[in-house]
Amino acid sequence: MLSNLRTLWIAFTHLWRKRVTVRYPEQKPYLPPRWRGRIVLSRDPDGQERCVACYLCAVACPVDCIALQATQNEQGRRYPDWFRINFSRCIYCGYCEEACPTYAIQLTRDFEMSDYRRQNLVYEKEDLLISGTGKYPGYNFYRVAGLSAGVKARGEGAEELPPVDVRDLLP
Amino acid sequence: MSALLQVVEVLAILAVLLSIAGFLIWYERRLLAGFQDRLGPNRVGPFGLLQPMADIVKLLSKEDWIPPFADGFIFVLAPSIVPTTVLLAFAVVPFSDGISVADLNIGLLFILGMLSLGVYSIAFGGWASNSKYSLLGGLRGAAQMISYELPLGLSLVGVVMLAGSFRLTDIVRAQSPLWFIVLQPLGFLIFLIAGFAEARRVPFDLPEAENELVGGYHTEYSGMKFALFFMGEYLDITLVSALITVLFLGGWRGPILPPILWFFLKLGILISIFIWVRSILPRYRFDQLMQLGWKVLLPLALLNILITGAVVLAVR
Repeated sequence: MLSNLRTLWIAFTHLWRKRVTVRYPEQKPYLPPRWRGRIVLSRDPDGQERCVACYLCAVACPVDCIALQATQNEQGRRYPDWFRINFSRCIYCGYCEEACPTYAIQLTRDFEMSDYRRQNLVYEKEDLLISGTGKYPGYNFYRVAGLSAGVKARGEGAEELPPVDVRDLLP
Repeated sequence: MSALLQVVEVLAILAVLLSIAGFLIWYERRLLAGFQDRLGPNRVGPFGLLQPMADIVKLLSKEDWIPPFADGFIFVLAPSIVPTTVLLAFAVVPFSDGISVADLNIGLLFILGMLSLGVYSIAFGGWASNSKYSLLGGLRGAAQMISYELPLGLSLVGVVMLAGSFRLTDIVRAQSPLWFIVLQPLGFLIFLIAGFAEARRVPFDLPEAENELVGGYHTEYSGMKFALFFMGEYLDITLVSALITVLFLGGWRGPILPPILWFFLKLGILISIFIWVRSILPRYRFDQLMQLGWKVLLPLALLNILITGAVVLAVR
């Protein structure tokens, strides 16, 4: 009985405590820097698409919400012809970001993307592509890759040795 | 002319009671949120005051579903019983000196009778739904009502002995120097606890018991029929609070403020206590409920009658 009265008193003091409610649209909650939200496709510092259409994100996706079609330009640079993410399926696990070898696909801190129509949640490539580099400002895959694809000549990349003539015996 | 006035009075009291029931939807959620460091509904209208309106619109636009396995007629009848009986019981409650629909000379007995009739709503609802959870809820409700009707009624015998009348206005007038809560503390406690059980509130909400019985007797109900059950519960809380006000807290009596304000002030505090208790207590187990009712409250109520009777005799 006495403990009940004590509990009543404690509940009463809670009437005057600070509220824990976050009044969302006016008052934004704190988001951690590594929050996994809306997925974007980033560009390299030269303004070109980073995505090389390797399909690793589509393979890694546990809910199969990523679809794309690879193609390449005349210089041999691969890029997605179209790239589609169905955000009504996406579970924001971030596996696509982990799988991506070129830092192209990235999860951002934006989560306010609800919609009244399910169709509107299917994002096409033009919706996904951003103009910037996202989380990795200086990175350009083709500058470190052993492939030319029109970005640099062979052997001129970072930490890349000039090509070796394998038929030559001289050291 | 006086007949017309009386009709207006009846309609006014009905409107006040129904708006109290609607207001309580908001008030309970807001206050409960307060006890739990939350805000509660605060979006619809100023301070979320129009939340009941939104709820009503939602409930009205829902499908009025009668399950094919249910007993149609009784299924529809059941939810209408609680609000009806409780509103009828309010007919004899004096809101202020002279403001009551009917000042019956057996007012208290009438109220107790109406409270007892309310159990049919739960029993019928539980039975007519033809589902196991509803039936269990209905059975519990019936057993609980019968067990707590006795201490509820018996705890009031002391008040009636002191006032010498079943008429509620007489009982209020009898409390002129001292409120009956001072003369009848035991009776007050018994009535408060039994009142919680009567209104099916935490910690005695076994007929609903959402954790174990889904929703208890109203599991199969939806839309406005469900809303009627809910309204009945809120009206029940209001009725029990009004009864405690009239019987133990001196009804409309109080200094300075006008009588009607005093009545509603006391009523509001008691309703808040109902919600306050809900925020802290878990639900009783069924055997504990029965044990408390039959082995503790009933003997205590009888003891209270005995002592009161002896004292009244000795004083006379």
